[in-house]
Amino acid sequence: MKKIEAIIKHFKLDEVRDALNKIDIQGMNVTEVKGFGRQKGHMEVYRGVEYEVKFLPKVKLGVAVADSKVEQVLKVIQESAKTGEIGDGKIFVYNLENVIRIRTGEKGEEAL
Amino acid sequence: MKRWIALILLTLILAVPLMAFAEDSVPTVTGNAEAISAVQKNADFLWTLVAAFMVFFMQAGFAMVEAGFTRAKNTVNIIMKNLMDMSLGAIAYWAIGFALMFGVSKTGWFGTTGFFLSDYAADKDPWTLAFWMFQVVFAATAATIVSGAMAERTKFVSYLMYSVVISALIYPVFGSWAWGSLYKGSGWLEGLGFIDFAGSTVVHSVGGWAALAGAIVIGPRIGKYVNGKAKAMPGHSITTGALGVFILWFGWYGFNAGSTTAANTDTALIAVNTTLAACAGAFGAMIISWIKFRKPDATMTLNGTLAGLVGITAGCANVLPGSAILIGLIAGVIVVLSVVFIDQTLKVDDPVGAVSVHGVCGAWGTLAAGLFNADGVTMKMIGVQLLGMGAAFLWVFPTAYILFRVIKSTIGLRASAEEEREGLDLGEHGLAAYPDFQAHTEPTGAGI
Repeated sequence: MKKIEAIIKHFKLDEVRDALNKIDIQGMNVTEVKGFGRQKGHMEVYRGVEYEVKFLPKVKLGVAVADSKVEQVLKVIQESAKTGEIGDGKIFVYNLENVIRIRTGEKGEEAL
Repeated sequence: MKRWIALILLTLILAVPLMAFAEDSVPTVTGNAEAISAVQKNADFLWTLVAAFMVFFMQAGFAMVEAGFTRAKNTVNIIMKNLMDMSLGAIAYWAIGFALMFGVSKTGWFGTTGFFLSDYAADKDPWTLAFWMFQVVFAATAATIVSGAMAERTKFVSYLMYSVVISALIYPVFGSWAWGSLYKGSGWLEGLGFIDFAGSTVVHSVGGWAALAGAIVIGPRIGKYVNGKAKAMPGHSITTGALGVFILWFGWYGFNAGSTTAANTDTALIAVNTTLAACAGAFGAMIISWIKFRKPDATMTLNGTLAGLVGITAGCANVLPGSAILIGLIAGVIVVLSVVFIDQTLKVDDPVGAVSVHGVCGAWGTLAAGLFNADGVTMKMIGVQLLGMGAAFLWVFPTAYILFRVIKSTIGLRASAEEEREGLDLGEHGLAAYPDFQAHTEPTGAGI
């Protein structure tokens, strides 16, 4: 099993969620995050003074998937979150040791 | 038969007043002078008081502009300051200020009668009360202007002290020079023919120059200037700030058109001039900020609206609508240049632009009231306007500066650095304005 974390643009969240639903993902979580990437934030002007916004707001979504589905999920996220402009975000993939479904006690892929 | 009797009776009843009327002379203005003047008197009271209530509502506008243009962690403090400068200022004005401003003045420099509103106790004339009501909200306006320039770092108790002194002393003394004769006083400046119909100088420049003195003495907010370079500290709610500007704009109709203190037809020109100047001020500020900063800056455009309003305040009754547009437009341009100059060149930290909006544009409006006078302009007129502008600065800036220095060296003017970083809400009032949101300094340094 893998844990997939994707940092994406706010306005792409619904598109990514719908795309993942179409391939029967069983669950997902979302966190508001702030950060910077290669662009290192951007400049804004407030009352005539330029200032750097060093951390930009993004959405981080998390999905746990079976090994067999990893490639498909990565492809779907990449396609649905992409605008082609700077700041589209990144996807991180981690090994996932175990999953337990609290209500039923199921474990592993059964619990996904 | 019954029907006939009823008809005759009805005719008689209708005819009686007509017959009585025929005996009297035809009604004329002179014949009914007493009734007409009673109606006019009531109308004057009504308009003056309604206008006073509108000017009072400007307190809400000032509070919202200041709160919106500053960081969330100081909001409770700003609300308390704006509430208390009205509350304490009005009592101070009742006790002392009104007498200095409108009492009998032998010298032309300040009034000496009518402390504690004793005029009313003596003559029982309700006009004294209506006039006081209209004037007290003006005094509160002058006092509250200072609050914005010293926002986010002033000790609350010190704020209360200087606020009382401004309402009781600094504002009324200058006011007596220009407006004393509206009641029992007689000021030297108005004697020369100084034009300041609703207070570009009397209220706005006075507030603005006091704000300048305060901002200089207290120094910039922590983190505002790093290595001599101005940093942006974005306000936490443009929505709130914009609501404040719209409230001020609405209240300004009371401020300017109410300054007739009479229900008459002059109010129409004043209202039109006020509207056009505000619109042109917003437009001027938007265009100049668009050119200078590449985007139309919202907070500058909001300031521009207020700049236009301040600019037309002196001349709203003696210039034509076309001139009002020009006055407002120039005020809108001036305010943007002035904010940038004060912030980046003078390095005086004025979070809401109070000095530029009220001090600088108040001076512009006073000059403009002479330049654009509908009945023509003379050199003497311009000279007197310049003299009035200079007198306002020379009276207010030094006295306010000394006042702030005295407070600084006795009880202290500034909140502790720790309190300032944490936000005055917690340190001064033990309460957060938005307890469910994170309202502390962000890693960007600008913070919310």
